[in-house]
Amino acid sequence: MTAYETVIGLEVHVELSTKSKIFCGCSTEFGAPPNTHTCPICLGHPGVLPVLNRQAVELAMKAAMALNCRIAEYSKFDRKNYFYPDLPKAYQVSQYDQPIGSDGWIEIDVDGERKRIGITRVHLEEDAGKLIHSESGDSSLVDYNRVGVPLIEIVSEPDLRSPAEARAYLEKLKAIMQYCEVSDVKMEEGSLRCDANISLRPAGSATFGTKTELKNLNSFRNVERALEYEERRQREVLESGGTVEQATMRWLEDVGRTKLMRTKEEAHDYRYFPEPDLVHLDIDEAWKERVRSTIPELPDARRDRYMREYGLSAYDAGLLTTNKAIADFFDEAVQAGADPKGAANWMTGELLGYLNATGKELQETRITPAGLAGMLGLIQKGTISTKIAKDVFKELVEKGGDPEQIVKEKGWVQISDEGELAKIVAQVVAENPQSVTDFKNGKDRALGYLVGQVMKATRGKANPQMVNRLIREQIQD
Amino acid sequence: MSLLRQPLKEIHKRLTEGGCSAKELVELSLKRIDEVEERVGAFITVDREGARARAEELDRQLAEKRERGPLAAIPAGIKDNICTDGLLTTCASKMLANYTPIYDATVMKKLRAAQAIPVGKTNMDEFAMGSSTENSAFHPTRNPWNPERVPGGSSGGSAAAVAAGEVLFALGSDTGGSIRQPAAFCGVVGLKPTYGRVSRFGLVAFASSLDQIGPLTRSVEDAAYVLQVIAGHDSMDSTSADVEVPDYLSALTGDVKGLKVAIPRELMGDGIDPGVRERVLDALRVLEGMGAVCEEVSLPHLRYAVETFYVLAPAEASSNLARYDGIRYGVRAPADNLMELYYNSRSSGFGAEVKRRIMLGTYALSSGYYDAYYLKAQKVRTLIKRDFDQIFEKYDVVIGPTTPTTAFRIGEKVDDPLTMYLNDICTIPVNLAGLPAISVPCGLSGGLPVGLQVIGRPFDEQTVLRVAHAYEQQAEPLPEPPLGGDRS
Repeated sequence: MTAYETVIGLEVHVELSTKSKIFCGCSTEFGAPPNTHTCPICLGHPGVLPVLNRQAVELAMKAAMALNCRIAEYSKFDRKNYFYPDLPKAYQVSQYDQPIGSDGWIEIDVDGERKRIGITRVHLEEDAGKLIHSESGDSSLVDYNRVGVPLIEIVSEPDLRSPAEARAYLEKLKAIMQYCEVSDVKMEEGSLRCDANISLRPAGSATFGTKTELKNLNSFRNVERALEYEERRQREVLESGGTVEQATMRWLEDVGRTKLMRTKEEAHDYRYFPEPDLVHLDIDEAWKERVRSTIPELPDARRDRYMREYGLSAYDAGLLTTNKAIADFFDEAVQAGADPKGAANWMTGELLGYLNATGKELQETRITPAGLAGMLGLIQKGTISTKIAKDVFKELVEKGGDPEQIVKEKGWVQISDEGELAKIVAQVVAENPQSVTDFKNGKDRALGYLVGQVMKATRGKANPQMVNRLIREQIQD
Repeated sequence: MSLLRQPLKEIHKRLTEGGCSAKELVELSLKRIDEVEERVGAFITVDREGARARAEELDRQLAEKRERGPLAAIPAGIKDNICTDGLLTTCASKMLANYTPIYDATVMKKLRAAQAIPVGKTNMDEFAMGSSTENSAFHPTRNPWNPERVPGGSSGGSAAAVAAGEVLFALGSDTGGSIRQPAAFCGVVGLKPTYGRVSRFGLVAFASSLDQIGPLTRSVEDAAYVLQVIAGHDSMDSTSADVEVPDYLSALTGDVKGLKVAIPRELMGDGIDPGVRERVLDALRVLEGMGAVCEEVSLPHLRYAVETFYVLAPAEASSNLARYDGIRYGVRAPADNLMELYYNSRSSGFGAEVKRRIMLGTYALSSGYYDAYYLKAQKVRTLIKRDFDQIFEKYDVVIGPTTPTTAFRIGEKVDDPLTMYLNDICTIPVNLAGLPAISVPCGLSGGLPVGLQVIGRPFDEQTVLRVAHAYEQQAEPLPEPPLGGDRS
């Protein structure tokens, strides 16, 4: 049987976080009542003209630079013509043959190896509105608030070889956009959207197979699932001697399969031509440098720094730097005096675990970097045990506050008074003669039981190392 | 002389001295409209109420303040493709028969700031596509010189309204000659400024890279006077030029001594009606008599201008007019689904010429044809521009006829679009090159006005105005068109 190689390329749309739209002064704020952020310009009234938002250009340049693209010295806008009710002018102002950025790349981690994925181009364009179909199916409503929100389209080379690589690419892309603060990259609000092209070819073949384009991929998980489905479907078609038809497919999340939207024959002819209402863009070195200087440390660089400076594992450093808010939190905690390794452990374990379990964003919790640093300090000083620290951490995440205060108020201070603990240990030893005998007979598990009894008696506050030592001393005496 | 025949400058003076009022001027204009409109049909909408209210308010303001806008109380006609806040703007199309803009075009803001009084919206070829105003979805406009003749187009309503004395000036738009050609046919002055000189914001787009707003007036001086008000950079129009606006009135020196005039062979040849050519030659002799030096030249690529235009303008139009889909404004035809909504609204909303150009343009931009049509036409456009650049290295202005013929008969060319298109042969190259040009009356041929076209360097409207004005001062003035009636 033939072995097939999967070839995937992604087209990602990212909404830029400008205050106003790309060609008019309307707000870009998400979630406003329908059609309240509109004006004659974005509604495409007769006679209106676009005026380019310079900030949108700069954010697009910044994003393209962060993706290692070459920035065009001369760039222009073109009209992409098609009819749809969410597109008021019946053309989208986009960039056809002279995009702002081209020939870039990013790196993703594949099985511990770094792999470079090419970026074909980054271009600037305007978003369309949003159609809301009635449940009865006999009418549709349009919300034009989103019309004219600036977008960049990031087109990858067909360098991805599996759905998992596609997902890793998306995660890295999202992180880079977030670090650059060009977008809030929220897939659920549509500020990051993804279409995927996938084809299969016999392993070793130099030419590409026929691709299908997948649409309606509304989460990273769905991108991966849809690609897995389509990969399987195409393989089955090829293995049964059939041919894949070039088509656009829609991912149906509920039933977990793709459905044909349109074939190649039905594809649009967009009749691109230069937008005569806008002048071209001249981007000189000085402008490029000004924008370049605003790019902060990017995720890869930060990950490498964590490994280099703090001795973190590649895995932990990677986890911490996937999300800028998490990485910033980590940096601030370290700055507030936290032990880097301890902070990394707590963040990758407890904090990310909590966020995953609750589906919350870091910003929605109450913990502060200083709080984490303070808690780690209390552990180090022996004021609280690691076990108690988990309770303190939960308190910090859910209610916030100062760890020292919490520990005091809750009476969680670790008992490290040897005299006091010795009394409790003596009592536990006296009450459990069987365990004492077992331990003496070499059953190590018995020690754990005795420690547990001491912890129970102190409601977890006993210093575990001290309890351990005291029990051994008393039994062996 | 009647007030409606006075120069704008003179009316401004009288108004300042208290010799007349806004009410008086507006009533004279409305009275004249009542008197001749049935025969001329220059307007789609006459805003009697609005004009009267504005006149009253203005008279109150004038009584209080000394400051008067340069166009204070002047009744004006506005082509119906220029958006007027709260006043119907139809583009002479069924598609926009019910469209009332919620904003003012930049030129309207400027006119209002100058205290002009728009009395109505003038008739035109639908979406400015045509050379006779016969393509209006509502009614044709008749030439005030002869009711059997077209007024030209597409700004035929604006030209006829000025010629008939219904308003003192009008705004038009010019994509391939749409100000100059009707001005020539109706015996008035029509100025197309340099592309980028006047803001296009609020002008309903036909071909964005060619469209330009300009004045139609009774004299060159009036054209300079109105241009002064509407010219200038506009932050709402990225293609408007940030070039200083000079004082146009002071450019009217009457002096053309030593002026170098180029006469393109291509615009004086076989296609030009002998009567028209004679009047143009007469005019050149007048200029020579004043010291200008006229020489015949060749602009070899001019012969491709009409073809080039009829690829580029429809291409842009096919995209510009795509927004009329019956969804957000304008006319929506009954339909059972989205595709029907598009088909029905656009089929019933657009007239034949508009549909023809949408199809032409869609074809020219289609995949597989783009290079052969659109791209090729862009290259020819560059060559035509270069022809003019070279001429302007040696000459100050280019002069020729505005149109190859005088006003043709209503219905004569309506079924023959190619012949109709060729009527713009003298004006189209100017739009392709983005240059300023004026049409000034240069006598009659067969009882109908002939227009002399003066073309200048980019943003050199002063020279264009100076030459046209100097000629106008020496030339025999045209009589009033034979409409009769009281114009006092």
